[in-house]
Amino acid sequence: MSRVLVGVKRVIDYAVKIRVKPDKSGVVTEGVKHSMNPFDEIAVEEAVKMKEKKLASEVIALSVGPPQSQETLRTALAMGVDRGIHIEISGKDYEMLQPIHISKMFAKIAQDEKCDLIVLGKQAIDDDSNQTAQMTAAVLDWPQAVFASAVEKTDGGLKVVREIDGGLETITTKLPAVVSADLRLNIPRYATLPNIMKAKKKPIKKLSAADVGVDIKPRIEVISVEDPPIRQAGSIVPDIDTLVSKLKEAGHVK
Amino acid sequence: MNYLRKLSAINHITRALSITSRKNSHFSPLTVLSDDELMMKETFAKFAREKIAPKVREMEQNHKQDPEIIKGLFENGFMGIEIGEEYGGSGLNFMCSILAVEELSKVDNSISVLVDIQNTLINALIAKLGTPEQKKKYLTKLATSSVGSFALSEPSSGSDAFAMKTTAKKDGNHYVINGTKMWISNSDLADVFLLMANADPSKGYKGITTFILEKNMEGLSIGKKEDKLGLVASGTCMIHLDNVRVPEENILGEFGKGYAYAAGFLNEGRIGIGAQMVGCAQGAFDATIPYLLERKQFGQNIYDFQGMQFQIAEVATQIEAGRLLTYNAARLQEAGKPFLKEAAMAKLFCSRMAQFVSSQCVDWMGGVGFTKDFPQEKFYRDSKASTIYEGTSNIQMSTIAKIIRKEYSS
Repeated sequence: MSRVLVGVKRVIDYAVKIRVKPDKSGVVTEGVKHSMNPFDEIAVEEAVKMKEKKLASEVIALSVGPPQSQETLRTALAMGVDRGIHIEISGKDYEMLQPIHISKMFAKIAQDEKCDLIVLGKQAIDDDSNQTAQMTAAVLDWPQAVFASAVEKTDGGLKVVREIDGGLETITTKLPAVVSADLRLNIPRYATLPNIMKAKKKPIKKLSAADVGVDIKPRIEVISVEDPPIRQAGSIVPDIDTLVSKLKEAGHVK
Repeated sequence: MNYLRKLSAINHITRALSITSRKNSHFSPLTVLSDDELMMKETFAKFAREKIAPKVREMEQNHKQDPEIIKGLFENGFMGIEIGEEYGGSGLNFMCSILAVEELSKVDNSISVLVDIQNTLINALIAKLGTPEQKKKYLTKLATSSVGSFALSEPSSGSDAFAMKTTAKKDGNHYVINGTKMWISNSDLADVFLLMANADPSKGYKGITTFILEKNMEGLSIGKKEDKLGLVASGTCMIHLDNVRVPEENILGEFGKGYAYAAGFLNEGRIGIGAQMVGCAQGAFDATIPYLLERKQFGQNIYDFQGMQFQIAEVATQIEAGRLLTYNAARLQEAGKPFLKEAAMAKLFCSRMAQFVSSQCVDWMGGVGFTKDFPQEKFYRDSKASTIYEGTSNIQMSTIAKIIRKEYSS
């Protein structure tokens, strides 16, 4: 049976209207509603389902972030995860974290905890990087099955249906492996009140970046964060000739 | 000498002030919730937003609560919020029940009245008064699968509840119940009924006894649903009792104390209705303000008119006042302090406030506010019941005045 490591990230809630800070250094996060990254909810659901089908012996959730990331871990525990690990990083250090740092942390924890399956959301809705799963697999030299819309256990490992531009691709992979969850993989369950209360008794281990031996020195520098340009009104043209000449004028057509 | 005495007096004051400021750090504002309560509030809000909101229109048109939603309420633990974990409940505090009702009411008041009655009346009564056998038999059911109903009112007795005509005649180790109950919420869905009947009319109201009845008992039949102005999806029916035989083990609490229990536990129900109306008002308000920020007349947003801003400020202040009355009554109940006056005040104020707020919201929406395509008219109609049920506004005022008289008479 597998021991599964699931990644959960605390992000600004999908329904919140994002506002850029006046000093253009980033977006406003203070006092803004945060929740678990939606793709991570799907990852947690898949892992918990595997445990319920007795394909996994234990599910561990890992979150890297400020103290409030504990709430995200508690939600994962309330959904059925067995225990949590919180690598606490805050402030400027946290803002400059990139998938390259996170993937090394996931690799280390997976090895320490002897996991043979890592399930992550395909991307976080704040940075939309879509890199952590791929990089984690590379660091560990494990196969990767990303954009999964269906995961099935086979004798040799896993059979995964992936959503790609051309349609659906089915691959098989041995274990250990890294899987990233796409939208249609499952519908995450609600954490019921009794489970939320039970989750309070489940353990969360606290670690620092140093504890996992990962250098979190920033690799990038954010120069400015700005709103996208406001959409301009279009104009109605009387005929095709006018349309073509307008397109040529604006340089869209040679 | 005087100068020295003044010094010591000042020291005393500074010491008292520093003690007070240290003490005050233990008292948090009414609207600041514990971490657990915040998490629960978010859970209730999420369920309401994702599962209930899409079905509100349909339930209203069909005059029926969606069975999938009812199932979801049970599965998520919303029907047994304060029931102990040993019975399959969530083992939470009273404030969580209040938060549940408030959050659900922001979306649908028919669903929230179901959750309110279950938690603040039915579960509370059995948890407090039940024998170990009764608790084992009923609390688990109520937490996981069975809807409960509270049957007190009759065709000829509403506010004058003690004038009830339903009787319970002893027959061996059973009681035979005959009579009619009216205005019973949740009765179309309920499996468990807490029913008040007079088991000794010679003693007047001191013969009123609480019985636990089950839906499948012979002679118990549910009448048709009332066709109401609001809370349309919530089933409010007559209950006919025709020689219903109830074993004496099904007496809840003490014989002849039913009148006290009804009066006593309805006090907590009142805080629940306060919460329901705070949620109702907030739901109407939240649905309206975004529209005011977008709709333009005379070249500006409706919100930009100073007259509108004054009305909006007035309404928001009223909602906040209602919330504080409700939360404080809930905290008093949790702290084991007297809360009867505060509970009555919360219901009295919030029921009127929700009518005022929802009516304003309909006005602010203009013509569309008067149509069923927009949510304001439903909040407006749903809020009307709150000045009537669980103790009319006149009864609340009588209760408050009675307590004040006592305060000044000792």
